[in-house]
Amino acid sequence: MAEEKKQPRIGVFVCHCGTNIAGTIDVESVKDYAATLPNVIVADDYQYMCSTPGQAKIIDAIKDHDLTGIVVAACTPRLHEPTFRTATKEGGLNPFRFEMANIRDQNSWVHMHDPEGATAKAKDAIRIAAAKASLLEDLYPKSVPVEHAAMVVGAGVGGIQAALDLANAGIKTYLVEKNPTVGGRMSQLDKTFPTLDCSQCILTPKMVDVGRHPNIELHTYTEVESVDGYIGNFDITLRKKARGVMSQDEATAKGIVGGGCNGCGDCAAACPVIKPNPFEFGMAPRKAIYIFHPQVVPLVYTIDFDACVKCGLCVEACGEKKAIDLEMTDTFETVKVGTVILSTGYDMFEIEKKREWGYKQFDNVITSLEFERLICASGPTGGHLIRPSDGETPMKVAFVLCAGSRDNTGVGKPYCSRFCCMYSLKHAHQIMEKIPGCQPYIFYMDIRSFGKMYEEFYYRIQNEGAKFIRGRVANVLEDAKTKNLHVYAEDTLLGRPVDLEVDMVVLAAAVQPTENIDPVRKMFGVSCSQDGWMLEAHPKLNPCGTTTAGVFLAGVCQGPKDIPDTVAQAEGAASAASIPIHTGKVELEPYFAQCLEEKCAGCGMCISQCPYSALDLIEKDGKQVMHVTEAKCKGCGTCGGFCPGGAIYMQHFTTPQIVAQIDAFLLGGEQ
Amino acid sequence: MAEGEWQPKIIAIICNWCSYAGADLAGSARTQYPPDIRAIRVMCTGRVDPLFIMKAFADGADGVLVSGCHFGDCHYIAGNFKCAKRMFLLKSVLKDLGIDDHRLRMTFVSASEGAKWAMVMEDVVKTVKELGPSPINQLKQ
Ligand SMILES: Cc1cc2nc3c(=O)[nH]c(=O)nc-3n(C[C@H](O)[C@H](O)[C@H](O)COP(=O)(O)OP(=O)(O)OC[C@H]3O[C@@H](n4cnc5c(N)ncnc54)[C@H](O)[C@@H]3O)c2cc1C
Ligand code: SF4
Ligand code: SF4
Repeated sequence: MAEEKKQPRIGVFVCHCGTNIAGTIDVESVKDYAATLPNVIVADDYQYMCSTPGQAKIIDAIKDHDLTGIVVAACTPRLHEPTFRTATKEGGLNPFRFEMANIRDQNSWVHMHDPEGATAKAKDAIRIAAAKASLLEDLYPKSVPVEHAAMVVGAGVGGIQAALDLANAGIKTYLVEKNPTVGGRMSQLDKTFPTLDCSQCILTPKMVDVGRHPNIELHTYTEVESVDGYIGNFDITLRKKARGVMSQDEATAKGIVGGGCNGCGDCAAACPVIKPNPFEFGMAPRKAIYIFHPQVVPLVYTIDFDACVKCGLCVEACGEKKAIDLEMTDTFETVKVGTVILSTGYDMFEIEKKREWGYKQFDNVITSLEFERLICASGPTGGHLIRPSDGETPMKVAFVLCAGSRDNTGVGKPYCSRFCCMYSLKHAHQIMEKIPGCQPYIFYMDIRSFGKMYEEFYYRIQNEGAKFIRGRVANVLEDAKTKNLHVYAEDTLLGRPVDLEVDMVVLAAAVQPTENIDPVRKMFGVSCSQDGWMLEAHPKLNPCGTTTAGVFLAGVCQGPKDIPDTVAQAEGAASAASIPIHTGKVELEPYFAQCLEEKCAGCGMCISQCPYSALDLIEKDGKQVMHVTEAKCKGCGTCGGFCPGGAIYMQHFTTPQIVAQIDAFLLGGEQ
Repeated sequence: MAEGEWQPKIIAIICNWCSYAGADLAGSARTQYPPDIRAIRVMCTGRVDPLFIMKAFADGADGVLVSGCHFGDCHYIAGNFKCAKRMFLLKSVLKDLGIDDHRLRMTFVSASEGAKWAMVMEDVVKTVKELGPSPINQLKQ
């Protein structure tokens, strides 16, 4: 805090960023101006300040001019503050004596047509930054130990991969899944493009692995209830939803020797309640006590208590195993982890909102996920593609691509859902293979086959005889008698209207973030993009990270991507999440609050402001003063913005520093 | 000062996680807006002491903008909400002092709203230009 200070000696470095800055801003005059500012000892400019020679300028200047503070006017601190802090440190100064003026992202780029205005703004920005730099102090990050455990939320293929990687790296991993089984969407798929290997065949071994890995603690039918703490030390409370059925482990823990669910299914056979099975999109029945499909992990039945009539027949059928408890209630468990990976995947867009394509109005209009279930050998029809209206085999099938994607009408989604082109090609292949003579028609806007072996797959399907019609489908109407469908479109290549009669229409509906994801996202402090996908820390340089230290992203929750990309990102996220754990400690930025006890009136008003309960009143020298628990403080400064007496000292964002910035802008400060 | 020459002095105090990131995004998207605003970065709008704003007006600011995350999206749970309450109170104080409270503005711009940031910039500059120089500056002259 208030140490003996020498007169500040500031060095200012103005970056050209090639022509990114210098093409708009008159760097030369900005540099000359900077040299006239109070406390500025040296001002320089360079093509690329972030390059090695650019950084060397800082390092040398600190030594040559005995500087006490550094200002770099360049891009945004969100990109290069760490770079320049390191250079500052290498020059022998405390890294927190560095301040950045953003003259690119928030200046030259947004005022490209106003060089004069941009140059004036750059001068002001440097004056403001130099004023702050004159008041910066040595700060020391606090180092906190990291719990040797991680959590993965969501157990689709992304979450499964991330959990396996972490576990194989020797890290205790909690894998949390809201459904009764792991597997996510991939377990609903039949085959996967472009290799056409069976989805369950490649997924099931991984599902089994997470079920029995000694380092993975699997929590299915479980949701995150609350999150406390910070990187290295997250305290996460899980809500284990009442399943109504005990696993063998749970039964053993309760002293029921040899008991617990062994997956025999006697209960379901006895259960009188029949409901549509959501896993099969209602195309197959399920009992009130159920499993999604035979490969579920863990193999434990679950009671749908909304459907259950509590007749007790299942309990009777279960007998000595005593697995079923109709009075079971939700339980809570708090675990401590160092880092977290979110992998909550996606839902399908409610395509019935696009009335023009007739989903839910006409029987033979289905979605592509329903198609996956219908064509799948373990699906409701045993792999026979049939028309829902009459059970007949369709011979002409239209695939409507970009159904709700790339749609700027406000009803659909503006983005590309990325995997629909490819899976629709796959679907076309599947019907031609399974039903000789069956003709697929693919209505497309563009075919985006951007992956490895994808373009080749596209040509293959073309050669196999799929017909491609370029143009978005305008309308689908039903022939009430035959239940056939008329697809109306414009063939934009031939410039001709199209009216095609088909037996079945498959809508490649857009995807969207998982329903009810907002509370989860917010608990972890992760922002979302305009479309609701979770926001990565940087789209190019940090695609797995988030702005919350220690929280990472994997899979479609971050944006639409197919299985290879999901798995690749999951491996990246697992690697990123394991680094702090293996390092054993992390450094937290020292932006925490302190109490200036001589100014503190002991009123305690700030206590209510702190979201992390980091403040308490304590007695010191016969006087009540505020005390900050540094381990709890996250440095938001809300207490400091509130304290009527100015008694809170917000490190790196002190009141004198902020006021100096305001004064520097408004009152000038040239010498 | 001659008519038409006057350039407003507007200061913005913006939070690191949402509005600062949104302003950067406007940059990456090269969305153009007027250059009249100077930004100061804080970690959270919760840090904004009404004193800073009073100081800015006393120094001759023609307008002050405070911008943070949307409600419910605050990186520190509710700092933006607490700031908004303070700004609300401060507006009535400003009115009492004879400063049009439209000179103080609070907005909510998320990290993905580069376009919105540019709109806010346009709008704040327009509003302040319409209001003219701050009465404090006029008194000083
Ligand atoms: C019709 C169709 C066909 C496809 N075909 C292919 C193909 O052939 N090849 C290919 O590469 N890709 C294909 N895909 C894409 C593929 O489905 C995805 O790439 C993949 O499933 C993404 O996995 P994920 O783990 O990110 O998400 P998901 O599979 O959605 O998994 C997310 C998991 O998180 C769980 N979850 C969500 N919220 C919470 C929460 N709050 N708490 C706990 N758990 C939560 C969910 O229950 C789910 O289990 C297809 C997609 C569709 C729609
Ligand atoms: S108690 Fe519920 S789950 Fe069990 S058989 Fe009856 S309805 Fe089915
Ligand atoms: S800065 Fe103040 S309000 Fe914010 S977390 Fe720290 S003590 Fe709490």
